[in-house]
Amino acid sequence: MAENPIKIPEFKAEWKEGEAGRWGMVIDSDLCTGCQACVAACAMENNIPFVGEDDAAYGRSMHWIRVERFWEGEYPEVKTTDFQPVLCQQCGAAPCEPVCPVFASVHSQAEKINLQVYNRCVGTRYCANNCPYQVRVFNWRDWERPEPLTNQLNPDVTVRRRGVMEKCTFCIQRIHKAEDQAKSEGREVIDGEVIPACAQACPAEAIVFGRLDDPQSRVSQLAKSRHGVQLLEELGTQPRITYLKGA
Amino acid sequence: MTIQAQPISHTHEGHHPNPREYLMLDPKPRGEMNAMVMDAMHATSWRFWVVAAFLGLVVLVCLFGAWGYMIMEGLGVAGVNRPSYWGIFLVNTVFWIGISHAGTFVSALLRVFKAEFRRPFTRAAELMTTFGLVQAGMSIFMHMGRVWLSYWMFPFPNQRQLWTNFHSPLMWDFLAINTYLLASTMYLFLPLIPDLAMARDRSTGWRKIFYRILALGFRGTEGEWTHLRHALGIFAFAILPVMFSVHTIVSWDFAVAMRPGWNSTIFGPYFVVGALHSGIAAVAMVLIVVRATMKNMKYFIRPEHFNALGKLMLIVSMAWAYFFFNDYMVQWYGGDKWTDALLHFHEAGPLGWMWFGMLICNVAIPWLTLWNKKVRTTPGLLFTIGLLINLGMWFERYIIVPISLTINRMPFTWREYVPGVEIPLGIGTLAFFILLYMIASKLIPLVPVWEVQEGQLAHSLRKFGKETVVTVSDLE
Repeated sequence: MAENPIKIPEFKAEWKEGEAGRWGMVIDSDLCTGCQACVAACAMENNIPFVGEDDAAYGRSMHWIRVERFWEGEYPEVKTTDFQPVLCQQCGAAPCEPVCPVFASVHSQAEKINLQVYNRCVGTRYCANNCPYQVRVFNWRDWERPEPLTNQLNPDVTVRRRGVMEKCTFCIQRIHKAEDQAKSEGREVIDGEVIPACAQACPAEAIVFGRLDDPQSRVSQLAKSRHGVQLLEELGTQPRITYLKGA
Repeated sequence: MTIQAQPISHTHEGHHPNPREYLMLDPKPRGEMNAMVMDAMHATSWRFWVVAAFLGLVVLVCLFGAWGYMIMEGLGVAGVNRPSYWGIFLVNTVFWIGISHAGTFVSALLRVFKAEFRRPFTRAAELMTTFGLVQAGMSIFMHMGRVWLSYWMFPFPNQRQLWTNFHSPLMWDFLAINTYLLASTMYLFLPLIPDLAMARDRSTGWRKIFYRILALGFRGTEGEWTHLRHALGIFAFAILPVMFSVHTIVSWDFAVAMRPGWNSTIFGPYFVVGALHSGIAAVAMVLIVVRATMKNMKYFIRPEHFNALGKLMLIVSMAWAYFFFNDYMVQWYGGDKWTDALLHFHEAGPLGWMWFGMLICNVAIPWLTLWNKKVRTTPGLLFTIGLLINLGMWFERYIIVPISLTINRMPFTWREYVPGVEIPLGIGTLAFFILLYMIASKLIPLVPVWEVQEGQLAHSLRKFGKETVVTVSDLE
């Protein structure tokens, strides 16, 4: 962000996020083929329920990541824009956090991630209204898991019940696993050691994940690219995800 | 003690109106009036029981039945979705808080300004506040995903070692509504004490026990009256800022959010005026029903009251139009692309008829009709206008909540909201409100008898030459 030319004294005591431990992501829209593998992988990894056709059509699908695609013009003169996978932007100044009356939507000090504490959530859904990216999903029902799929549940991730809000966690269980592994081996986490499910599944390798506080990491290098844009940057939410466009 | 004298206003035809048209100038002996109010409480026709039984059934099925079903199934049975995470539940919350506002407004503000015509209907209005807030509170609880954990909103020491988040507008809202409910209940109860004592002295059986407990041993000594007047004076002044703050805070739930169409600085006063708009219309509607259905009420509630309330409705309608225009104008002129999309969606979207309906009901109809005294004093017409105003204000809240939520900054998620189980639940709250009101009308004196008697004592007619003059002495 450019230096403010007029020196205005800060009158709003804002909570400032520290640099250390910031995880971030870069998504290359030019590489994305819109195959939805990230969506499927995320659902498998994070125990996301299948809501069925009717609810999905009514805007209740629970996916933490969605691939947006837009059309321009009328058929047959249709021009499609790039695919845009949208997930929680893990804002540095997240609008979802202050509005929760019960501290269910909180900022993790260690990973610099917006966390949703399912057990605290009472379901007021204010966080979802205040999220400019519309990436929060709500458990509108207790959806049934058809029989063999119950064996697929990931034991590292909580299964949520009806009435709570949830959203992308940057696969925090994988971050923790890698950190524990590194700690037991007496070393730092290596760049590329933590790969969230969406990045792991992406056949085009359009999603890169890593630490933004490490200037040598691949994700930091890519995020500095001049093709990088952030969604709704003008709102000042300080997203942790950079999209590369038109390289 | 001060005495004011004022001539009775002349009509344009030049003849004097009959002073007996005014309740304050048409006194009855105390005993007779007490008996009239007691009679109104006791006289219960079979129609009352039929209506009460029907409403009870509606409450059982539509409110508790549907709510239980929703709790078991999850909010999926309602129409809320992404992006309309808030739906009719919050529309109804804002609507009921609005209804509850006018009760206090009519009662406290008119008491503070010593408007004498308020005397017979302050209680009817205050009851609306309390019962309206009950519906508003229930609508919020319905809206919550895990209502069984709603007590986590209370700041209390707990084993989870968690305090509540006072940064959240919902927390402000929760505290404001609770404060208002407590304060308005006390404000309802205080002036009720002398009437409960009156009822205690005139009843037998279980009613005697009921009134004896509630009357707190009031005997009517001079000291008790002095304390009561003092307390009422404090409460009437103190509750007004509470009332303004509550609806302002409700509006902040929307106004502080990062959303096109919501993020508006004028929402506070706009919501307060909107609340008064629907609320005063509702007071008039309730009075019309009470007058038509309850015994002896034609003496207490008169065309002069409808006339005064009709004028109030017209003025508030003008104030609402001003705030609406101000809000709309600034948002439209700003030219933000999402706000533009939203305003276009309001007017030309699939529910555009609701936007126009809101303007017709809230502005056009009151402005075209309420300037006329004949319209204001005809109960049937005033009731219809009040109903339309309430419909218009409900539309307004519907436009602000689910319709505005449809449009956000991520067009990929735009999706229409179709209400589901919200509709029976909304009907249930309406039935519950009416049922509570009906039960209350049989349990407590709906007319503050002592206030009417006090007013009648303070008023007298005198002749100065050929001019009949009303003198009002200030009892405090």
